[in-house]
Amino acid sequence: MRDHVTISVNGKAVRVPPGTILAAAVAQAGVSSFRTSVRGEPRGPLCGMGVCFECCVTINGKAYSRSCLTLCEEGMEVKTNG
Amino acid sequence: MANQRLQSDVVVVGAGPTGIAAACAVAEHGMKVAVVDNSPWLGGQIWRGATTHPVPGRAGQWIDRLKRSGVSVLSNATAFAAPASHLLVAETPDGVLEITWNKLIAATGARERFLPFPGWTLPGVVGPGGLYAMVKLGWPVAGKRVVVAGSGPLLLAAADGLKQAGARVSLVAEQADWDHVLRFGKGLWRYPGKLLQGVGVKARLLGVPYRCGCWPVKAEGTAHVESVTLANGSSSWSEDCDYLACGFHLVPNVELPCLLGCALASGFVRVDALQLTSVPDVFCAGEPTGIGGADCALVEGQVAGLAAAGAEDQARTLFGRRATWHRFRTSLNQAFALRPELRHLATPDTFVCRCEDVRLADLKGCESLRAARLQTRCGMGSCQGRTCGAAVQFLFGWEPDSVRPPLFPVRLASLADESSHLDKPTLQTDNSLQA
Repeated sequence: MRDHVTISVNGKAVRVPPGTILAAAVAQAGVSSFRTSVRGEPRGPLCGMGVCFECCVTINGKAYSRSCLTLCEEGMEVKTNG
Repeated sequence: MANQRLQSDVVVVGAGPTGIAAACAVAEHGMKVAVVDNSPWLGGQIWRGATTHPVPGRAGQWIDRLKRSGVSVLSNATAFAAPASHLLVAETPDGVLEITWNKLIAATGARERFLPFPGWTLPGVVGPGGLYAMVKLGWPVAGKRVVVAGSGPLLLAAADGLKQAGARVSLVAEQADWDHVLRFGKGLWRYPGKLLQGVGVKARLLGVPYRCGCWPVKAEGTAHVESVTLANGSSSWSEDCDYLACGFHLVPNVELPCLLGCALASGFVRVDALQLTSVPDVFCAGEPTGIGGADCALVEGQVAGLAAAGAEDQARTLFGRRATWHRFRTSLNQAFALRPELRHLATPDTFVCRCEDVRLADLKGCESLRAARLQTRCGMGSCQGRTCGAAVQFLFGWEPDSVRPPLFPVRLASLADESSHLDKPTLQTDNSLQA
């Protein structure tokens, strides 16, 4: 098994150990606003377990994906909407 | 999107302690059982990370037992509809999966209760269980200042886990009064495992103040939380923090049982002695039947699994142990009952529904969740009221009403697939689990 996985968060490369959730990699990239609310506020993960949808990001072009329920995979391209 | 089909004697929804215990019991009686879970890992929230990081004690033992038992585990599968009797539909990364079953065990667990207060929508205000769950899978907290607040034993467990991960936990603020918590603590001698667990946690949290009878009233920061104001009814003070981990005990995930038609009693799924719900062939165990923790969940899961497998006599041998954990459950929920002051933390500008940014002031004049939904879109966003529903229930006494499919937002293609009934290939399941 590889000892790390590299993904891209808003164009910035992030190296994490395998088994890291995407939300954690986004936080490691220094991003705290994962999405913008309907009235324009920054939001980040709240529940951490797939319930609240505050951690949604765009993964490989697929919008509105829950980063707290997704494991990082090599080459994943992630865009936050914060 | 391909539709796939699977037939199973028993389907278990949820791969936490309840679901694992139930599935093992069924499989060990020679029946075909499939476990459906919406996450990529086993163990639910409490045992999360057990498959990627070695975990001590019984979580690892139960997961090993599950792996040996020949259970089909369907990870990343979100159950979202039940369009016909004995049919469950789940969305997977590969498309839609239709599962026909003879018996279903709902082991859907619980989520944290969040209550609105000014600043609770700032990034960095996270559930204690949620933050700890994310830390287990890489969320960086080393060196960060964390205030843990809200209610329930989960605050201490989360504080312990966060501290072990290198966080600087500056305070654990429990809303329940000290005498309630003390009475609960004194009663733990009846549950030696819990007592040992509690003593271990307290020892590891040496130097971290645990204050009872206080609660957060305001979080502040520009783009991220920077400080929290706490109050105890007579005074208030501020604490600087990088994270405010705040949750008010747990609420049951009853959406799937409700969709299946199961009756509730006081917000929990009503079950008989064999964990059977009001719907024939549908069992429910663990937190959806009452917030009792992992020990209670394990024994209820086993009872449900044995009953679903037809081994009712064997299930009855566990009733005594279950009764013990039900007594624990009662004292737990008495000790951490929410104080009325928490109903008045939100100001008119505070968002109550985070998905639709509905403010407290917007809800003025609404008399039910249904009215609020129609007039303000409260509870109509992506989380489908899972976050604000529990809040407005506590704030205004609005009971949750109907549950409709899809239970979670799904791709349009999945909805189209679910409604079509063309020839479908049968899914070849293998019993291999993700490493």
